[in-house]
Amino acid sequence: MEKVAIIGVGFTGARPDSPELSYKELMYEAAVKAYEDSNVDPRKEIGSFIGASEDFWDGVSIFDEYLPDQIGGALRPVCSICNEGLHALATGVMHIRAGIADIVAVEAHSKVSDVVNPEGIMHFALDPILDRTLDYNAHVMAGLEMNRYLHEACVTKEECAEVVVKNRANALLNPYAPYGAKLCIDDVLDSTPTYEPLSELDTSNLVDGACVIVLASEKVARNKRAPVWINGVGWCNDTPNVGLRDWGYPRYVRLAAEQAYADAGITNPYDEIDIAEVDDSYSYKELQHLEALRLVDTGEAAGFLCEGAFDINGELPVNASGGSLGMGNLLDTNGLVKTFEAVEQLRGMAGQRQVKEAESALVQSWRGVPTTSGAVMILGNEPSGGD
Amino acid sequence: MSKEYPGNPLNSKDFKKALKTKYVPTAEYAWSAGHAINRFLTGLKEGRILGIKCRSCERILVPPRAFCEECFISVDEWVELKDTGTVNTFAISYLDTMANRIKKPLLPAVIEIDGAGGNGFLHMLGEVDPKKIKIGMKVKAVWKPAKDRKGDITDIKYFKPARGGV
Ligand SMILES: [Zn+2]
Repeated sequence: MEKVAIIGVGFTGARPDSPELSYKELMYEAAVKAYEDSNVDPRKEIGSFIGASEDFWDGVSIFDEYLPDQIGGALRPVCSICNEGLHALATGVMHIRAGIADIVAVEAHSKVSDVVNPEGIMHFALDPILDRTLDYNAHVMAGLEMNRYLHEACVTKEECAEVVVKNRANALLNPYAPYGAKLCIDDVLDSTPTYEPLSELDTSNLVDGACVIVLASEKVARNKRAPVWINGVGWCNDTPNVGLRDWGYPRYVRLAAEQAYADAGITNPYDEIDIAEVDDSYSYKELQHLEALRLVDTGEAAGFLCEGAFDINGELPVNASGGSLGMGNLLDTNGLVKTFEAVEQLRGMAGQRQVKEAESALVQSWRGVPTTSGAVMILGNEPSGGD
Repeated sequence: MSKEYPGNPLNSKDFKKALKTKYVPTAEYAWSAGHAINRFLTGLKEGRILGIKCRSCERILVPPRAFCEECFISVDEWVELKDTGTVNTFAISYLDTMANRIKKPLLPAVIEIDGAGGNGFLHMLGEVDPKKIKIGMKVKAVWKPAKDRKGDITDIKYFKPARGGV
């Protein structure tokens, strides 16, 4: 099968607000950076433009109408997909593998500061007849999930707080991340309870930002500086039915990972992956996801965390970027931001937070409450995988 | 015919018995206009139509934007345009926003602003008999009084036929 590589990345950085810029200007900034990084003329060389977007977050129905201009896609093949950024990247990989395009641009953005009441949009995602009518805040779904996970995996709130401490400290080393902080476990445990067992500091903050990733076929990528190879992709959804899903264990992440591992030819993820950028939009999610990804056995993530295995200088650095707890939550852009970090790490350009000898990376995203929608991507400095 | 089958025919009352759940979403937005449109709106408040020129393709973009979508470069050469133009296309709308029938039709039109090489924006026509509107008709902006302008596209009330006509 055709190998696909990332040849350029552009990220605006994350900010709690960006009142001086329109979402179009924000996207333009990310696109310019990505095309500069990949040395590509978007008006001549890019064969497909893909945006990840959600109309209700953008505040415009049929958002793909507003996508082309600021990413260089006017009068070019453009589509948007209503899903997370990693799903858009997977779509880009398919366009190249299918021979539709040699170079693909993938974009996602969050201008959540334009949304007056994000809670209303999140509530709108709940099942309209049953769950929404009960009138809970959508974050309740994370509280429910956290409690079942703590129960099944014998994890404590203290251990979840360790995730927050680690990721906020990592963010101090990342100029793109606004939530760097030196915290201790008690800071997290003593923060305002929100949806118990969740507390305020267990939850990432919604932020603005845009990210563009440029993909290319092997033929093109071989002539580019420092291509990073996409060796595997996978994605999966569990049932949305809250009575039927597995609250303690994200089966969809497991299945998405198996698809990506098979694609990449990976049999032993812990040994074969050097760094991981996984969804940590709530603290417990990082631990739960690491287990579902088979990077550690079920129930063992907290132990590894407390031994320092997931630190920047640990055995398997996790969310060296600061994750969503340190970066903020960019909605459907999280997957691309994590990909951006993985590319920086694999290229050895991650500055103070650089992980030594990082050659392969795993990126995982989750679409947020109330979804059971996840995607996984395997990256490497060398192409690998089944054919 | 229906008498040949058992049971009773359904009527509209029966359909109302089916359970439905009503919900009005809380979806409120406050869009940042961005620096290009901000300046355009500020111009409108001052009674001026501002455009921006791309140094590469030399097109005048109005409303202005921070980048040229054709050349994919930043643009920053501001130009003040006249408040006159030409009707590129128009429609006569006998229905309002929610498709309720109205007596006096709305007159949406795309106006090519003079000096912008055919570029312009959607607005509306006024002080004109709908039957006499023509594509290619010359028009001029009718502004709200300065004290009523808010930095909004409606600071121009409408475009009316320019003296001298077509
Ligand atoms: Zn131009």
